[in-house]
Amino acid sequence: MSKKRGRVARTGAWVDDRLGLAKVARTTLRKVFPDHWSFLLGEVALYSFVVLLLTGVYLTFFFDPSQAETVYEGSYAALHGVEMTRAYRSAVELSFDVRAGLVMRQMHHWAAVVFVAAMVVHLARVFFTGAFRRPRELNWMVGVTLLLLGIGNGFTGYSLLDDQLSGTGLRIAYSIVLSIPVIGSWITSLLFGGEFPGPDIIVRFYVLHILLVPAMIIGLLVMHLSLLVHQKHTQFTGPGRREDNVVGERIWPTYAVKASGLFFLTTGTLAALGGLAQINPIWIYGPFEPSEVSAASQPDWYVGWLEGALRVMPAWEVRAFGFELPNPFFAGVLLPSLTFGLLYLWPFIEARRTKDRSVHHLLDRPRDRPMRTALGVATLAFYSVLFIAGGSDVLATEFGLSVNQLIWSVRLALFVVPVIAGAVAHRLCRDLAARDAEPPHDPPDPPADGDGPDAVAGTDPVAEGEPEEERELAWPPPASVLRTGPPSPRPLPP
Amino acid sequence: MKGISPEEQSAARRAYLAVVVALSLSILAGLSLAVVYWSGGQAQLEGVLLAVSLLGIGVGTVIWAKRFLPNEEAEEARKPVGSTAEDVSDFSAEVDRGEEAIGSRRLLVGLISGGLGALGLAMVFPIRSLGPRPGRGLSRTGMADGRRLVNAEHEPVRPDDIPLAGVLTVWPEGHEEEADSSALLIRVEDASLFREPVVLPWTVGPVVAYSKLCTHTGCPVGLYEADEHLLLCPCHQSTFEVLAGARPVFGPATRALPQLPLGIDEQGFLVARGDFEGPVSAGFWNRSR
Repeated sequence: MSKKRGRVARTGAWVDDRLGLAKVARTTLRKVFPDHWSFLLGEVALYSFVVLLLTGVYLTFFFDPSQAETVYEGSYAALHGVEMTRAYRSAVELSFDVRAGLVMRQMHHWAAVVFVAAMVVHLARVFFTGAFRRPRELNWMVGVTLLLLGIGNGFTGYSLLDDQLSGTGLRIAYSIVLSIPVIGSWITSLLFGGEFPGPDIIVRFYVLHILLVPAMIIGLLVMHLSLLVHQKHTQFTGPGRREDNVVGERIWPTYAVKASGLFFLTTGTLAALGGLAQINPIWIYGPFEPSEVSAASQPDWYVGWLEGALRVMPAWEVRAFGFELPNPFFAGVLLPSLTFGLLYLWPFIEARRTKDRSVHHLLDRPRDRPMRTALGVATLAFYSVLFIAGGSDVLATEFGLSVNQLIWSVRLALFVVPVIAGAVAHRLCRDLAARDAEPPHDPPDPPADGDGPDAVAGTDPVAEGEPEEERELAWPPPASVLRTGPPSPRPLPP
Repeated sequence: MKGISPEEQSAARRAYLAVVVALSLSILAGLSLAVVYWSGGQAQLEGVLLAVSLLGIGVGTVIWAKRFLPNEEAEEARKPVGSTAEDVSDFSAEVDRGEEAIGSRRLLVGLISGGLGALGLAMVFPIRSLGPRPGRGLSRTGMADGRRLVNAEHEPVRPDDIPLAGVLTVWPEGHEEEADSSALLIRVEDASLFREPVVLPWTVGPVVAYSKLCTHTGCPVGLYEADEHLLLCPCHQSTFEVLAGARPVFGPATRALPQLPLGIDEQGFLVARGDFEGPVSAGFWNRSR
């Protein structure tokens, strides 16, 4: 034991002699990380991305991104003698004739699905707890970019296989890009290498999918995490938690072991899905044939809201002076631009609205910011309705409704459901906050109503000084609440 | 483990056992995975064994960390993220010092900016190599006067080849590979059913032809409801009325499917009498120009 220790120390000394990292490494090990289940959502996204990289590298060894025509002769009898591109053929062979190929491919696809899902839920956590406020606006924007890249790379990924479904998706994407005013036809021509389907689209999407976008994601992930370390994680309010401290667990050993445990739980779940839950069975869809389409074509879930928007958009378009703004522009270009534009700007929009530009390291509970919570819930409701609309034909067949009625109901629901959901959320916030406020009338103590950690976390008399007002937050909140904690939350070092 | 109740002791023992079981299962699954892979592989088994081996480690480590590693709360000071005023002014003084040294040669600064700018501009041009100039191709298809219409087997078709109250997908002969050239031949019960704005001289008896590509986002309009003479796009449910010039009656599409002028050649095969009446598929900025 002591001999072994001696060897480790000697190796360590050798490395440190050359890099001088002992001090930094120790500081890192002793770093305090606030603990809350909701802080793990971003980690799940990160670990899914690691799985994407690992399985993705394996897939590149077998996938052939070529649109050259070939005839299938592999072991899947139903496709024997069928003409197809080498891309589709290699994807089918990879699924049936490469050992562990199918598991890897399905794990890869499931990891993409979970990656984007975890990012969305993580984004919602950051939104509802106000973790995007100063000084974290930049990291919020990095995160939004990661979401955008994640969705984009998911789409380029399943478009590579050149099956009937992905070809249909590409055709719609082509038409959406084509609808961009003035330069739409130029962009499509440069992107696809010509008119649809274009001779080069698969190899180009391949380069984007396996090199450019992943490199960007890795770069931004490094930035995201460095900023997180540099600015230190936010924490919920609670006894002893102030704007000028971090209370939690040290990285070493418990937190590090727990985090690696979560890594294995995430990858294990993805492996189970990859082995047992069929996803994107391209051999059933068949190779892409531009004049054919299967009914009930559904994209991956994170594109569902766009698909829904395309479907519910009424038959409007703008035509003037011999030019036109085609219908898909509104649902396919304008809506996502607005969505991500507002997401990027949200920290600044809210700061302007509340006039709260001070530093916040303590998180809000959603109930303490009823207006923000209501807005967030209404937004989620809006996109959920669009998502449901994306499956209108499937729903119509499943429940024996007419697509016509369904689309009209969805159009109505797009306006009604967010309003109701927002109002309910607002009301709920008020009620919960009021319930929290009831029992204790001796401010110095944490509330005694035994409502679990949530209730304890609800107030921090030490930090806020005015716990009663914190609970009765109106929009915009009174100035006394907007002030952050102690009079000087950023004491300058001497 | 001193001074704890027997219940807590037995709970700790159970947790320890759980970790042991989880990690042992993981080892077993990992070894079995190697065997399965070696002996030919089986997708479901591979997935399950990989999952058990990973989840075993995951469950084991998480229980271990939660139960047996120190869970004490630590506190760390949070220093302000921004720099002190002194650091900021020192920094800008440093930048200024260098800037003065560089800026003293104004002509050189101007020239190097010009050089970098020109280089940047030159770097933009290779983008042009990515694709041809979008031209007439978007408005034109492989349909042309006198060109025979062929089915998926590349055989020319006669009006009788179209099933009664049915549809048939055709391409211009020799241009079957062009994605935008496909057309739908529709045979209705009687030619007298056609009404405005169907161009009657372009029909052949009870047969009319339209572009198969939806004017919304270009999906093939593949579903035909013969009873109501409606063509349906399976992508976004745009619906077109065949008897009335394939005008859109439901869904997001705004334009009718362009009609194809039809004719018959000497051998009785269907031919195109020209290109579609307008650009097919999705709209774009200068479509009408």
